[in-house]
Amino acid sequence: MRIASLDRPVEPGDDGKGVCSGLAPDVPPRFSDWFASRGWTPRRHQLEMVQKARAGQSVLLIAPTGGGKTLASFLPSLIELSAREPSDEPAGLHTLYISPLKALAVDVARNLTAPITEMGLPIAVESRTGDSSVAKKQRQRLRPPDILLTTPEQLALFCAWEGSRAYFQGLKRVIVDEAHALYATKRGDLLALGLARLQQFSPRMQRVGLSATVNDPDRLRRWLGPQTGLILGDPGAPPVVEVLLSQGHVPWAGHTAQHAMAEVYDAIRQARTTLVFVNTRWQAEFAFQELWRLNEENLPIALHHGSLSAEQRRKVEAAMTRGELRAVVCTSTLDLGIDWGEVDLVIQLAAPKGSARLVQRIGRANHRLDEPSRALLVPASRFEMLECQAAREAVAANALDGDPERDGALDVLAQHVMGAACGEPFDLVALYEEIRSAAPYAGLTWEDYEDVVSFVSTGGYALKSYDQFRRIVKGQDGLWRVRNGNVALRHRLNVGAIVGPETLNIRLLAGRRAGRKIGEAEEGYLEQLEIGDTFIFAGQVWRFHGVTGPDALVSPAPNTDPKMPSWGGSKFALSTFLARRVRAMIADEARWGGLPDDVREWLEAQKRRSLIPAMDDLLIETFPRHKRFFLCCYSFEGRLAHTTLAMLLTRRLERAGVGPVGFVASDYALAIWAARPMDGLDLDALFQEDMLGDDLESWLQESVMMKRAFKNCALISGLIERRFAGHEKSGRQVTFSSDLIYDVLRRHQPDHLLLRCARADTAQGLLDIGRLGDLLNRIKGRIRPMPLTKVSPFAVPVLLTIGRESVPGAHQDWVLEEAEDELIAEAMN
Amino acid sequence: MNAVAFSLTNDGGLSIEVAGVWAALLPSGAAFIEAERTLVCADLHLEKGSAYARRGQLLPPYDTRETLRRLAADVASTQAERIVLLGDTLHDGQARDRMALQDAKALDVIARSRALIWIVGNHDPDGPGGLAGSALDELRIGPLILRHEPRAGPQIGELAGHLHPCARVVAQARSVRRRCFVTDGRRLILPAYGAYAGGLSVRDAAFAGLFHTPPLIGALGRRRVHAVKASAVAPD
Repeated sequence: MRIASLDRPVEPGDDGKGVCSGLAPDVPPRFSDWFASRGWTPRRHQLEMVQKARAGQSVLLIAPTGGGKTLASFLPSLIELSAREPSDEPAGLHTLYISPLKALAVDVARNLTAPITEMGLPIAVESRTGDSSVAKKQRQRLRPPDILLTTPEQLALFCAWEGSRAYFQGLKRVIVDEAHALYATKRGDLLALGLARLQQFSPRMQRVGLSATVNDPDRLRRWLGPQTGLILGDPGAPPVVEVLLSQGHVPWAGHTAQHAMAEVYDAIRQARTTLVFVNTRWQAEFAFQELWRLNEENLPIALHHGSLSAEQRRKVEAAMTRGELRAVVCTSTLDLGIDWGEVDLVIQLAAPKGSARLVQRIGRANHRLDEPSRALLVPASRFEMLECQAAREAVAANALDGDPERDGALDVLAQHVMGAACGEPFDLVALYEEIRSAAPYAGLTWEDYEDVVSFVSTGGYALKSYDQFRRIVKGQDGLWRVRNGNVALRHRLNVGAIVGPETLNIRLLAGRRAGRKIGEAEEGYLEQLEIGDTFIFAGQVWRFHGVTGPDALVSPAPNTDPKMPSWGGSKFALSTFLARRVRAMIADEARWGGLPDDVREWLEAQKRRSLIPAMDDLLIETFPRHKRFFLCCYSFEGRLAHTTLAMLLTRRLERAGVGPVGFVASDYALAIWAARPMDGLDLDALFQEDMLGDDLESWLQESVMMKRAFKNCALISGLIERRFAGHEKSGRQVTFSSDLIYDVLRRHQPDHLLLRCARADTAQGLLDIGRLGDLLNRIKGRIRPMPLTKVSPFAVPVLLTIGRESVPGAHQDWVLEEAEDELIAEAMN
Repeated sequence: MNAVAFSLTNDGGLSIEVAGVWAALLPSGAAFIEAERTLVCADLHLEKGSAYARRGQLLPPYDTRETLRRLAADVASTQAERIVLLGDTLHDGQARDRMALQDAKALDVIARSRALIWIVGNHDPDGPGGLAGSALDELRIGPLILRHEPRAGPQIGELAGHLHPCARVVAQARSVRRRCFVTDGRRLILPAYGAYAGGLSVRDAAFAGLFHTPPLIGALGRRRVHAVKASAVAPD
């Protein structure tokens, strides 16, 4: 193995062992004795947490993993509870801990028992998740523990219970763990609303946020609540990040990094425990399969992704906790989670797409502050090599990308308003003020708020025929309340802001019926299979026998060559931030020296044969090839924005009469091919920002993406129910009816609240329209047209994707390889 | 074995022959018997939205309006002189009380100067009540018999609804699920016409034994009805 040499050293950081002994009086003797008995000294940030708590302040603690963050957050509560006078009165809930992961809530409960038992503190700690038994949940409602550990969805449920005010009125502190993973999502919106509600119940409640490093701590502080202080933990040793260069070569295209598997296996062999991160489930399956093919030593290598059954995932996690595994191939399902002290290497297969995600993943290795985390990036293509270099530099400079600004979603607000009414009668104005105290809704207009309340009550329709079916009603006392117990019950069954993709159970075929469940897979993926096809799932090859109801039936097909799914690349789009760094690297010839030879030669050939664009210029090449005419544009704005751009450009090219035939979009570039030449086109006009007007609207309304977004909004807002008492609606049943509703609503009330929500979600999440707008604005007057007589070096990776995207099946790779050699020769000579 | 006789018209429309009578299949889900100037549609399920609303799920209340809009458009384009609704026109017994006045009037306009016949179904055994139209259990038109629920076993000349047939068709790694007509040339099962009516896969056991030969599927497309072989229908 050779490690690519890099042009920039990783800067040494502060070793971060400062301990402020002067603050020790804040900690009672029982606690300092306990620290001492373990050979520890309280860290500076732990003591500062105690001080802030004394001062009654809310605070955000940002510290790397392994910094004793969890203990820091609980220390003030443990001290307060230990000093409590013995009393016969039921004490009530003191501290509420909220984590995005159920497993984390359970794990923290376990970890807290150590200090509590060892110090002999009279403190009751319990966890509560969707998996907790009904009996336990009921007991917790009657006799709350001192500290309760739970998830955002459970908090939303609590708020929708009668008596929630009394339950929380003595609450002193709420701790939000992994806050950075929540705040920019719909779950974060729901949680912010829940926190605002808790603050009403217990006005002196302190909010504590825990987070890994983020690019904009102030935004996270605002999200957490007004007047939130900030404590920065000491940074750990800077991570050691290397980029893997397999046998001196970087492939032209692809996203599986198949070429480097032998080296990846070697790295696993040499490490104690490795986490191998990939960007999609199917990449996970692929890498797992490949590693086991090489696994002559039979190392215990496991697989972990969101499609596996929960039971299987728990097994892997437990084996990991017991230190029995040498490696886990995983997706973002393990970005967050329980600390595994044994992990000493993180491998990122294919480019990381964003520096914050990479830092988060790297932080999963080596949870001791004084030892650096070790990470190995494995680029799968040339552009990815540039991206990995950029990401490595960004990590070294501690420069992180952030999520784009967003306003709180109105479908989530609808769910919250309904929940509030289920909890207790509310005053319209008072609830408005409460909601606006949650940062995502600070800018909520009264009109939007009224729309939401009217939606919750009668559906918000212009045709006022549902007044008799109101779900919430205004009483003579002027307060709004839920109409009856049945409405409240149905709401509670459907609380939450996570809507997964439609999935089918994968079950073994037993006779002619569905047998044991192996896992779940997205419906869209299974639709690509025909009966009799084979595919990889959960690390094994299966034969597909069709779908009945919510189940896909399969039988084992060992020793068969699986028909591979179309990979579809990464599910994350390249971040704006990393993209800028990649563009800068390409534009600056002085920095090419640090790149592997074949990548540098590729850039030099591009310079000779076409053009290296300046950092903010947009290079657009046109060239003929195989009786088709191509237009390639290298905009580096991520796959989503590129797909949207390609869709809109295709419409315009259609009108321009060049007969566009197809397009392909990657994170780095997009290519459109047509029946007639595109050299003579007015590119400035073609890339005018006005394409985001009518062209976008007319395309959007008909798009599958809008329908999908509408379904999610309909589920979250409670228009469609996922669960009825007794049984759950499967994804496909919901899809059918939500499409019917979408069509009817679009025609008869196009400005309805949920259509507005769906449009906002589509524009933001699925199409990246904001980013596309920024691009079109940036390149005004900066388009560099380059008419060529044949394909350019930059165009090769883009064109090679065409075959990969549209021809699924690894066994057809020879077709691609042949095409590849021909293409490369054409471009480089 | 007789194959189903069908023809594609100049504009791509699909016509089929049932018991010797030609019927044009419209993308809305209606069938038009040209020779009789008769438009046939099944399972309108008017006021299904408000039926859900009554139980607490506030679906958009525009389904009746939308269904009648489509019906009026079909009547206008075919110049039909008679409309036969094949049962389950109303979603339930209280539907007519919940219907907006404007929608009831829209039905009046449709029925003006032409016959509007309600074949009664299991959801609406009482027929139109105060709404426009007259009720029948069955209607014979030449060799055809129009009823709500298909009789068991192969039948000749029957036009029926009730089953809400749907078909999932897979091609080029994409799949669509659409409402559809089903016919073996002897009988014709119509798709549900109502905007909120659900569907049942033609592979469901409910369709077993209804057809003499493997039936032709007429899947509803955006602009026309597409003829599909029954063997091309994927399981749901």
